[in-house]
Amino acid sequence: MNERNSIIGKIDWVTVLIYLALVIIGWFSIFSAKYDEMHPSIFDLSQVYGKQLIWIGASLLIGFIILLIDAKFFNAFSLWIYIFFLASLFVVLVYGKATKGATSWIDLGAGIKFQPSEFAKMATALALAGYLGRLDIDLQKRKNQIIAAILVLIPMALVLMQNDTGSAIVFVSFILVLYREGFPGTGWVMVAGVVAIFLFIFTLIWSQKIMYIILGCLLILTLTYYLITKKKGIVKMLTVFACMFVFVFSVDYAFNKVLQEHQRNRILVLLGQLDDPKGVGYNVHQSKIAIGSGGLTGKGFLQGTQTKYDFVPEQHTDFIFCTVGEEGGFLGTSIVVLLYVALLVRIILLAERQRSTFSRVYGYSIAGILFVHVAINIGMTIGLVPVIGIPLPFLSYGGSSMLAFTIMLAIFVKQDAYRLNVL
Amino acid sequence: MKTNNNNLSDRKLLIIGIFISIGALYLIRLFSLQVADKHYKQLADNNALRFVTQYPARGKVFDRNGNLLVFNEAVYDLMVTPKQFIDAIKKDSLNPFDTATFCHLLEIDKKSFIERMNKAKNESYFKPSSFMTQVPKEDYAHIAEVLHRYPGFFFQTRTVRHYPNAIAAHTLGDIGPISQAEYEKDDYYGKNDYIGKSGIEKSYEKELRGVKGLKVMMVDVHNREMGSFMEGELDREPIAGKDIYLGMDAELQAYGEQLMVGKIGSIVAVEPSTGQILAFVSSPTYDPNLLVGRERAKNYSTLQKDPMKPLVNRATSGTYPPGSTFKTVVGLIAMQSGSITPATTFHCSGVGSLPIKCTHSHGPNPDFANAIMNSCNPYFYESFKATINNPKFGGIKEGYQYWKDMTYKMGLGHKFNTDIPYERPGNIPSREYYDKMYGGQWNSVTIRSLGIGQGEVLVTPLQLCNIAALIANEGFFYPPHLIKCFGDTTAIPEVMTTKVDPGIDPKYVRIMKQGLRTVFSGPAGTARRYEMKDIPQCGKTGTAQNPHGNYHSNFIAFAPADNPKIALAVIIENGGYGATWAAPIASLMIEKYIRGYTTREDLEKRMMEGRISYKNER
Repeated sequence: MNERNSIIGKIDWVTVLIYLALVIIGWFSIFSAKYDEMHPSIFDLSQVYGKQLIWIGASLLIGFIILLIDAKFFNAFSLWIYIFFLASLFVVLVYGKATKGATSWIDLGAGIKFQPSEFAKMATALALAGYLGRLDIDLQKRKNQIIAAILVLIPMALVLMQNDTGSAIVFVSFILVLYREGFPGTGWVMVAGVVAIFLFIFTLIWSQKIMYIILGCLLILTLTYYLITKKKGIVKMLTVFACMFVFVFSVDYAFNKVLQEHQRNRILVLLGQLDDPKGVGYNVHQSKIAIGSGGLTGKGFLQGTQTKYDFVPEQHTDFIFCTVGEEGGFLGTSIVVLLYVALLVRIILLAERQRSTFSRVYGYSIAGILFVHVAINIGMTIGLVPVIGIPLPFLSYGGSSMLAFTIMLAIFVKQDAYRLNVL
Repeated sequence: MKTNNNNLSDRKLLIIGIFISIGALYLIRLFSLQVADKHYKQLADNNALRFVTQYPARGKVFDRNGNLLVFNEAVYDLMVTPKQFIDAIKKDSLNPFDTATFCHLLEIDKKSFIERMNKAKNESYFKPSSFMTQVPKEDYAHIAEVLHRYPGFFFQTRTVRHYPNAIAAHTLGDIGPISQAEYEKDDYYGKNDYIGKSGIEKSYEKELRGVKGLKVMMVDVHNREMGSFMEGELDREPIAGKDIYLGMDAELQAYGEQLMVGKIGSIVAVEPSTGQILAFVSSPTYDPNLLVGRERAKNYSTLQKDPMKPLVNRATSGTYPPGSTFKTVVGLIAMQSGSITPATTFHCSGVGSLPIKCTHSHGPNPDFANAIMNSCNPYFYESFKATINNPKFGGIKEGYQYWKDMTYKMGLGHKFNTDIPYERPGNIPSREYYDKMYGGQWNSVTIRSLGIGQGEVLVTPLQLCNIAALIANEGFFYPPHLIKCFGDTTAIPEVMTTKVDPGIDPKYVRIMKQGLRTVFSGPAGTARRYEMKDIPQCGKTGTAQNPHGNYHSNFIAFAPADNPKIALAVIIENGGYGATWAAPIASLMIEKYIRGYTTREDLEKRMMEGRISYKNER
């Protein structure tokens, strides 16, 4: 009992309260989105909102148990947990049932489906933290760099093989933690990533020819600058330009050959190159209508006409933010966005105060994972990101994601609570 | 690198910066979507709310005595939402036996069932489409009883017109699917609405249709209605259309149609004191119920192809040479212009008369009364000539202009534009027409045929009837119209209650009236055989030459002479002499209307059973 009391005193209540606020907002949003007059109780277990309550209860219970488990357990078993979930990803590949084009479920019977990819992110975070937390690891060493990268890339590849592009993209978030831990070149990779995204977008909007001309002009300007100032590094600079040319050259090919048709369409819709509000753009169009119709203060709880009547597909899962937007208005959406930003910043600040590398790396990892989820999910509902089917942490309906995110966060809260015990 | 940790710790700033910038970017985007942009609010309104039109009951139509002529009958369209039905089949909750029973119930075979289902599927998978339109109400009851077993099917109620007496098809008209042009003209209508296409359905469309109601329903994307929006606060009940009472006498109309069986032509009867049309017969006619319901399109096309053209309302769009009935017009204008007096005599040499021969035998120098009774051609040619050559007009063309203006005032050569759809103006040629035709060189001889209602002059039976009413009224008329009054207190349009006075001195009209009386009562009257002792009738026969074969048998009449209750015109195409068909039919109509029954059984039988053979199609 003494143990339990001390936990309550030590855990970071800011994080927990934000978490609880988001979970409750999510539950009420699901209730509103799937409200059925025949089942007016939010506790009705035959409805998704009742089920979500079960998942919330289960998540809180497991979260609480995690807080009771020895903090060192996760570090010690991180590799085994990682291996377990890699194995389950394999199982999904072999036996998983196809759901919406992505093979990511294992049917556990009794109507419960298990989505290992949700847990694989957490497991990867644990494994990476466990690896980088070892005293003999130095990210300046090539061998250590390769292993760190492989730890992230294996589950990413497995998820990608399930055709679950959305979840695979989440693994990109590990670049943030690697950057923080001093993995050489990650800063440049991030910059290159941003540049690549812009090049990609502008190439699709303006065509390759115009991009060549623009890049050519930039090249001439830069060359002139270098020649006049006689600065060094002209070769590096030329390499960068060469890469950009090659990238632009390959955009068309990549776009048409690598991406699948629905992915291409989603991107074109986003870029305004394809206007089809009843077809491919339907989800986003309806989603924007729902959110946009909320106004400043929203239509009020249970008053949303857009989300309540199935205009927005996947409204209680991937598009739950629409309900928030429609019924809560800008007030509701800004509260949710601010809660997420606060949570992310809080996790980073907590991570920085950790004594152990394991805890810090783990904290940065989950911050990154949560960030990508939030950014992509909300971004897609407001038409800033192509439609990518990943849940909104703590809000979207779904047992796997609710459990996975809760466990993920609970482990970190536990690590943080016992940071002072680390020598 | 671990020694360098403090340095790396600063990297948190970039990461926190990214988090905050994305958060800020999203907040800006959300602000613009939700607060700044009103566009999405409007889109949302159209999206989730369905504005369901509540169709009002169309106004009923009664005859002048309150007999129901047109009412609404509920019909039921069987609708299907293909997805729901197909889902049920997939789930095996519907076995093949059930479908077979269903087909049997609907009296269709399996093939037809599949065809209909595919058609519905092609229209929309999620939205209901019509599976079978206008299920008769006898079938509706027992289908509806078991319909719940067939997911996706439901009945939608509509109303169609029904005509208990199956008379007056041309007058009552029909309603049909709205055309693109009609749809664009009036924003009252939806694309699938019905609209009055002919008859009073067309002329009183605005009154009959009522005011649509509105029900605002919330719907989901699968087109399912999820209840009333705002507890029905925005809903509006439909307002039923106005009932209409016609001037028509249903019994007289039915009688007229019976008399016209086997003949092509028209009977138009009006009440002279009001201009209300009592009977409006166009023969051949058809059962108006044919243009209602599932068989509408098929029946319409059959009627359209019929060489006898039953769809044409000959009362308004048939234009005929009036023949001798026109002598009334010629005589009145001649007297009014002072070109002749009732005492004026003209010489008639019978069949040897020039330039127009006379077809009747009478004394050589008839006066006006004599000439009317005997329908003397030369007399009215001379009267016409005297009018247009009257020196007071200063020239034949000016004289003709006066004459034409007078006919115009008497309701000829133009439409009445009351509530009768598809009127044709008939034809009274203009000065300019003759100038062009004869190179400016024409005179009374050139256009002599006008004097006896032949040549270029064309009238509709409606116009001819109005001439009878004008004489019956001793000089004025009310534009003939169909409506008597609305079911409520709404006044009928003023044009129909405004007396028209062409400016003919009643004393001349009285002389004309006396003349027309002798047509029945006179020893040489052309309609003397149809005289009734107790009902003094007035009339004028016409036997009109025409390019379609035998003479048209024409007659105008009114009765009783001193207080006319009914004025009418009868035209029997190719019926020969006016006295052969048109006069007895007119007389029977008069008797029927005034007495309420008829006494001349033999004549009636002969007229009803009489058939005129029409060799050439028209």
